[in-house]
Amino acid sequence: MTATVSSGWRFRQPSVIPGFGLTLGYTVAYLTLIILVPLAGLAWRSAGLGAEEFLRIATDPRTTSALRVSFGAALVAALINLVFGLIVAWVLVRYRFPGRRVIDAIVDLPFALPTAVAGIALTAIYAPNGPLGGFLAGYGIKIAYAYPGIVVALVFIGLPFVVRTVQPVMEDLDREIEEAAATLGANRRITVFRVLLPALLPAALTGFALALARGVGEYGSVIFIAGNIPYVTEIAPLLIVIRLEEYNYAGATAIGALMLIISFAMLLLINLIQAWSRKRYGHG
Amino acid sequence: MVDVTSLTRSTATSESPLTRLALIGLALGFLVVFLLLPLVAVFNEALRNGLGTLVTALQEPDALAAIRLTLLVAAIAVPLNVVFGIAAAWAIAKFEFRGKAFLITLIDLPFSVSPVISGLVYVLLFGAGSVLGPWLKAHGIEILFAVPGIVLATIFVTFPFVARELIPLMQEQGTADEEAALSLGANGWQTFWRVTLPNIRWGLLYGVLLCNARAMGEFGAVSVVSGHIRGLTNTMPLHIEILYNEYNFAGAFAVASLLAGLALVTLILKTAIELRYAGQLSAARGH
Amino acid sequence: MELSIRNIRKDFGTTPALHDVSLDIRSGELIALLGPSGSGKTTLLRLIAGLETPSQGQVFFGKDDASRRSVQDRQVGFVFQHYALFRHMTVAENIGFGLSVRPRATRPPKAEIERRARELLDLVQLSGLERRYPAQLSGGQRQRVALARAMAIEPKVLLLDEPFGALDAQVRKDLRRWLREIHDRTGHTTVFVTHDQEEALELADRVVVMSQGRIEQVGTPDEVYDHPAVPFVHRFIGESSELPVRIDGGQVWLDDRPTGLTAEGAGPATLFFRPHQIEITDGCGGCLAGTVTGSRRLAGTRRLELALGGAGHRVEVDVPIDHPAAGKSGLSFRPRRYKLFPAPSPGSDGTPAAAIAQAPQYPAVA
Repeated sequence: MTATVSSGWRFRQPSVIPGFGLTLGYTVAYLTLIILVPLAGLAWRSAGLGAEEFLRIATDPRTTSALRVSFGAALVAALINLVFGLIVAWVLVRYRFPGRRVIDAIVDLPFALPTAVAGIALTAIYAPNGPLGGFLAGYGIKIAYAYPGIVVALVFIGLPFVVRTVQPVMEDLDREIEEAAATLGANRRITVFRVLLPALLPAALTGFALALARGVGEYGSVIFIAGNIPYVTEIAPLLIVIRLEEYNYAGATAIGALMLIISFAMLLLINLIQAWSRKRYGHG
Repeated sequence: MVDVTSLTRSTATSESPLTRLALIGLALGFLVVFLLLPLVAVFNEALRNGLGTLVTALQEPDALAAIRLTLLVAAIAVPLNVVFGIAAAWAIAKFEFRGKAFLITLIDLPFSVSPVISGLVYVLLFGAGSVLGPWLKAHGIEILFAVPGIVLATIFVTFPFVARELIPLMQEQGTADEEAALSLGANGWQTFWRVTLPNIRWGLLYGVLLCNARAMGEFGAVSVVSGHIRGLTNTMPLHIEILYNEYNFAGAFAVASLLAGLALVTLILKTAIELRYAGQLSAARGH
Repeated sequence: MELSIRNIRKDFGTTPALHDVSLDIRSGELIALLGPSGSGKTTLLRLIAGLETPSQGQVFFGKDDASRRSVQDRQVGFVFQHYALFRHMTVAENIGFGLSVRPRATRPPKAEIERRARELLDLVQLSGLERRYPAQLSGGQRQRVALARAMAIEPKVLLLDEPFGALDAQVRKDLRRWLREIHDRTGHTTVFVTHDQEEALELADRVVVMSQGRIEQVGTPDEVYDHPAVPFVHRFIGESSELPVRIDGGQVWLDDRPTGLTAEGAGPATLFFRPHQIEITDGCGGCLAGTVTGSRRLAGTRRLELALGGAGHRVEVDVPIDHPAAGKSGLSFRPRRYKLFPAPSPGSDGTPAAAIAQAPQYPAVA
């Protein structure tokens, strides 16, 4: 709108509102000090290791198995959350039943409950002497102190991500869309699977990726329930902590850098999903 | 009214009653097992030996020190992030400038970083092997394994909460109100205090609630930088871990019940704000 | 396919939306359901489609009682107000959807579905846009895709809910003509809902004027415009001026003066006429005369506001731009066409009373 006045490159559009320099300056300075400099420090230190040393740590069997445990469990948990998150969101948006508001509020519990508390609570339930753990042990199923325990903790941590990304999109779904499918002869099952779910796909994928990203990095809730056996149920963040306790800063740095790369890749993936969805469907 | 229409609506756009019942049952069952049960377990374990034991466990000097430290850390980290959140939202929502989308991505960064890494970066920055480490030691400044490190790690982890709530809200509100105030002769500060702030107060409170819950409950990042010194650098979540590893389950769950109580209060307040002031929260609200 | 709506009644909760509505639609007709918001026109359309179930009454498609059939079975082509295109499907997939969800036995092969989609895109003049997504189309294009999608299932009847409501004025005019052409070419029995009387008059074979859940009049555009059956229709369709008058001895009287208009019957009445259907008279030996209180330019004419008689009744009349009367302070005229409706008796519960109650208060006629 200022194209007629400005001919060249312009950092910002003119505005009568004051405070741009102050607020942007403070924002950038604070962001740099708290977030960017420390993260750059990690990158710098891992670069200082040299390629050979970095690769040695990265391909160390204990490192790779820890990353595999973190990533694999997070993937399984995110898939479970994708399915149940869609069902929970559907039930909350479409059906009216007593206690719906309470249920809706409870979905955010994992955002509000400290991870350490979640960790010991889940362990108490799923340990062999706990109520559910004892019951399942009768069938030979072990949850706590085993791989499924990690998945259980990550399902708890990741659930709100899927529900809360899908829910608003579901609320915005126009009833006319379903009516249109019906007038064209589609029965309810076809409408759900060919019209509704595809429309929810971008949101569901975003929620899935968010839950996955959170799960890969999760520490507090997992370490209590996992049993932390090296090569079996040891997660990558725990290995970083162990390396730090051994004063093995190089090891911690390299694994940290690897995880950071995974996080950024996931962040990129989420942005790509949203860009694709915006381009094709005309909304985010 | 919603009830009536959803019940009388033809089958064209709804499932059969049986499918509905099955889906509701499935969703409720899932939520009960995965969300409600852990919450109940915390209070159940905490009260296993009666209310007396719970109170005694909380009155232990180390527990009291952990509570005090947690409150102190939150009292520093939350206001700092509030100031940042308001400044960032003002710059981003009220002005058009290059690189804005990139700035927003950077602000969201801590959400996608593992909490352990949030702690690790400060260890690498201030620790013995770093450039700053020896200098800090020579001047007797303690950051790692002391309160400043815990505060820094907490700020890192809770960094985006307030900004993320305020940016979309202020973007939706636009600049018309501020322009009106300025045209009526108000200066910048008057405009902010008397026009902008009242418009965003519920969104701000919402962001503060979530920021505070995370600040008081953060475990991974704080664990890495704290050094776990009892009575000195243990926050409540760290104290829970120590008690738990010592097989002092009663004590661990006593402290945990306090944090679970905080989580419940947070959820109740959050829901109350959502119900009463939905119009004054951002429609594009994230978490 | 003829349609017959018989004694339909629809309640939402305790609020009645339609009271005992009956309507017969001939095969191949283009019908407009016209009325203000809340008149029940959209509800009636959705009842025909099967998107709502009537509280009472039946809908017949030909001889077949469709009331018992689900939406899926009725084979109606419904075009929604906001088009309701599936945004994750291309234009071609949208159009082919209805054919592709048929049971396997009656489902055409894939190539046939694609061919049908291309053919329909030709018909709606959007060839070449098969691979586009709805988000990449303009409003008018979306509207046409929605129509093509509805026609793909070979519907027994086409139903359109405010088909042009969300479009710009110019696009709207073009699409109106285009829809008429398509209708003439394909011959589908078509019902569309609109609140725009101009749209209804221009497009429809017959117009169904609705108000407050009832049908007020059904007729050709000429009939509803020239011979409105009730005051509501006169007011709702076209411009309308009205005056409280009295009929006595074959003459129409305003405040004890003869108006020069003739009528049968006797007693108080309301005189309706259209502002442009008047003639200006010299002097006033049996006419309506008033003082000019306002004047506005209205496209090709000038509209004058007049205050008539001792009570200063307000009416509007149109005069040619260059007519000297436009500059004068007074004007006498006589309606060329007019309509008289019995004045509502106070306390009676009929429709006219309800309608009159919205008009300015008149002093009692002496």
